[in-house]
Amino acid sequence: MSETTMPPARNRTAGALDRLLRRKLAVLGMAIVAIMVAAAVFAPLIAPYPPAEQLFDGLTLEGAPLPPGGAYLFGTDLLGRDLFSRLLYGARTSLVIGLVANGIALAIGTLIGVTAGFAGGWAGAVLMRLTDLMMAFPALLLAICLAAIFTPSLWIVALVIALVNWVQTARVTYTETSALVAREFIAAERTLGAGPGRILFLHILPHLLPTVIVWGTLGISTTVLLEATLSYLGVGVQPPTPSWGNIIFENQTYFQSAPWLVFIPGAAIVALALAFNLIGNALRDVLDPTQRGRG
Amino acid sequence: MISAAQTGVPAPVLSVRGLTVSVRNGDGPALVRDLSFDLAPGETLAIAGESGSGKSLTSLAIMGLLPSALRSEGGQVRFDGRDLLTLPESALRDIRGGRIAMIFQEPMTSLNPVMTIGAQLVEALDAHETVSRSKARARALTALVAVRISQPERRMGQYPHELSGGMRQRVMIAMALLLRPAVLICDEPTTALDVTVQREVLDLLRDLQRETGTALILITHDMGVVAEMADRVLVMRAGQMVEQGHVRQIFSTPAADYTRELLAAVPRMGKGCGARPVPASAPVAVLRDVSVRFDIRSGLTRRVTHRVHAVESVSFQILPGETFALVGESGCGKSTIAKAMVGLVQHDGRIELAGRLRGSLDAQGRKALCRDVQMVFQDPMAALDPRMRVGDLVAEPLQIHAIGTPAERRARMFELFDLVGLPRDSAERYPHEFSGGQRQRICIARALALRPRLIICDESASALDVSVQARVLALLDELKRDLGIAYLFISHDMAVVENIADRVAVMYLGQVVEMGCRAQIFGNPQHPYTRRLIEAVPAPDPDHLRPAHLRPAGEVPSPIHPLGAGPVRMELRDIGGGHLVALPSSTMESAA
Repeated sequence: MSETTMPPARNRTAGALDRLLRRKLAVLGMAIVAIMVAAAVFAPLIAPYPPAEQLFDGLTLEGAPLPPGGAYLFGTDLLGRDLFSRLLYGARTSLVIGLVANGIALAIGTLIGVTAGFAGGWAGAVLMRLTDLMMAFPALLLAICLAAIFTPSLWIVALVIALVNWVQTARVTYTETSALVAREFIAAERTLGAGPGRILFLHILPHLLPTVIVWGTLGISTTVLLEATLSYLGVGVQPPTPSWGNIIFENQTYFQSAPWLVFIPGAAIVALALAFNLIGNALRDVLDPTQRGRG
Repeated sequence: MISAAQTGVPAPVLSVRGLTVSVRNGDGPALVRDLSFDLAPGETLAIAGESGSGKSLTSLAIMGLLPSALRSEGGQVRFDGRDLLTLPESALRDIRGGRIAMIFQEPMTSLNPVMTIGAQLVEALDAHETVSRSKARARALTALVAVRISQPERRMGQYPHELSGGMRQRVMIAMALLLRPAVLICDEPTTALDVTVQREVLDLLRDLQRETGTALILITHDMGVVAEMADRVLVMRAGQMVEQGHVRQIFSTPAADYTRELLAAVPRMGKGCGARPVPASAPVAVLRDVSVRFDIRSGLTRRVTHRVHAVESVSFQILPGETFALVGESGCGKSTIAKAMVGLVQHDGRIELAGRLRGSLDAQGRKALCRDVQMVFQDPMAALDPRMRVGDLVAEPLQIHAIGTPAERRARMFELFDLVGLPRDSAERYPHEFSGGQRQRICIARALALRPRLIICDESASALDVSVQARVLALLDELKRDLGIAYLFISHDMAVVENIADRVAVMYLGQVVEMGCRAQIFGNPQHPYTRRLIEAVPAPDPDHLRPAHLRPAGEVPSPIHPLGAGPVRMELRDIGGGHLVALPSSTMESAA
């Protein structure tokens, strides 16, 4: 029986997850993200105070914010609001921006970059000139214009940020796609009779994964900070809704006397970006067959 | 081992004792183990071996140029009374280039692309001697004259990309010999060159050695080159010396089994067996006046001003079950024909495959055509998607053409693995986990999946070691016999072609200059270019005598013509028995 001599096909998805879980740094990254998601989802249960309430004893007699420790874990901000509670609620905004806005930006960028690189010709040229135009246009100005047209809400802000941030991804994926299309294995696939869809999804997109992952993780911190900038300019998430970015901007004038107001939300943003970086790096290695068996 | 005293030659100029190279901080086996040899003044020592045998590492260790991950662990390299392995870098720099020079395989990567040839030669001289600018230029020019480059004055002001591969390698030789080194190490100096250019470069090296008395270490995988050039041979395998001896002794009475196997695997001219008679039936491929031209646009309006005439009015047909070989040197258009046949480039003229005219087919028809015509590329690593498992790669054609259920496809995939001699349990592995020969087997298995009637092999065995090449060629032959597949075998290697082809077409500058059965082409070559190609093949026989004629490296005629103009079409004339030869014309004079 030939059936008996055939080695069984392994369960491949399970294998990848298994290898991912064997990497300590990846697990650390996933733990950080899990904690942040939990904090955002269960903010009403965890937060000791309402995020927007100006507490009676939240300021010193001179009107200065309280330092960390004591009654308030992370201290209070310049309006006497509990920083810990604001951070918990801020995680909701920042995660949505960092994941949704960044995700949409990646999707648009990859779509445009890959289409332009794969189609080539005049269609590719038009798409790439559009990308160049977007790149030349000041991102902040564009975001302000877009935000002014739509009524600001969390989801609109996420969309606006996505519409500004896809450009780099498009550029990079375009370059990689056009290089991949010229590779000999793509020619070999064509001689087998493979259609464009098959070539695109099975033989080009998997090769773009590492690049997209790197840009995705890099984009987390830029999008979170772009949201903060928009909030600062009054076109982002509207106060008193907290986000990690606008906590920093609201309190930046107190940087010298109350540095924790900038450092603590800053550390949260860094931790978020770092966590995704760790996961992204591990994912890239796990999914690349030539990297098997290395650190 | 032959020592200097026994042969009566003067003391060795270079003496290697117990050289061992291994990975720094690694505990794997040494890459070069306990290697010893002597090099007498003026002699040529060939270090022969297949890829991974450590022959190149040996030369790098002698030069003190090992990559930082490797180190030479033990032994001595004595040169000029000093041990090169213990010399400080500053002292080594004086010896390198000045006393021991080196030539690498790929001249383009060894030359600085943004400096003129003249400037690079002068700089090389400047690094070792204090000479005036004008004197240095004069010596550089003399060196270029010595390597017989046409128009040496003009070459001084040219950049590397303006020269052909053969001329670049001549420049490298000129640069190496500029300082009259005692030892010249050539690492595969002609492997990247066409066979006729290889001939010229080998002749030149031999001549220059006679004039200058430089001792030569020639590192090569090509036993033909060894037979032609070497006084003594050192055969290496897996980092160790297999045997060492006089070239005649190695070729006539090899002591080691490995040397015998290596020599047996070398394709030889004149050893081809008789062509099998092919039963008359409808041809599987008919090409009639096929041309492929590429537009060159220039100016602001991007108008087409010139065209590359890659293939010009080529006609031939391939019968079922025969091997039709297309030979020629790089740039002659042989690969472009293959690409036109599988639809990777546009063509003019008629290409009829399995009874269907390629130009008249719609997308569906072109896809169906893939089932009859498959292609195996030169570099199997480049032709396989590195992110896919080889089992999936081999089964992919079946999936594309929706043949069978997943279980049936899997069964067929294992059948194909058996057919090309791959272990079944390797199906779950990735291409990079295989050796070059195994990868080419994967490509062949993939090409066989659709049971094609014609397989186009574009230099499919050229990148492999000779022993691996011999096995892959044997596999192709076996498949032809068992499955009745026809091959279009594209190659630059006349020896390989003579061993496997039934019929041969010789191409030059986009046109066929001679076509006939194997016996006609190799037994009675009529066209001067065919003769030149056959003569240029290095014979793996030290006693083989060849007429010595040196020719200066000229420029290859260009296939680029202004719009409206084109190359002179050569007409093929039948001189009997289907042996077609191009009429002599003006375009061939430069080649002949």
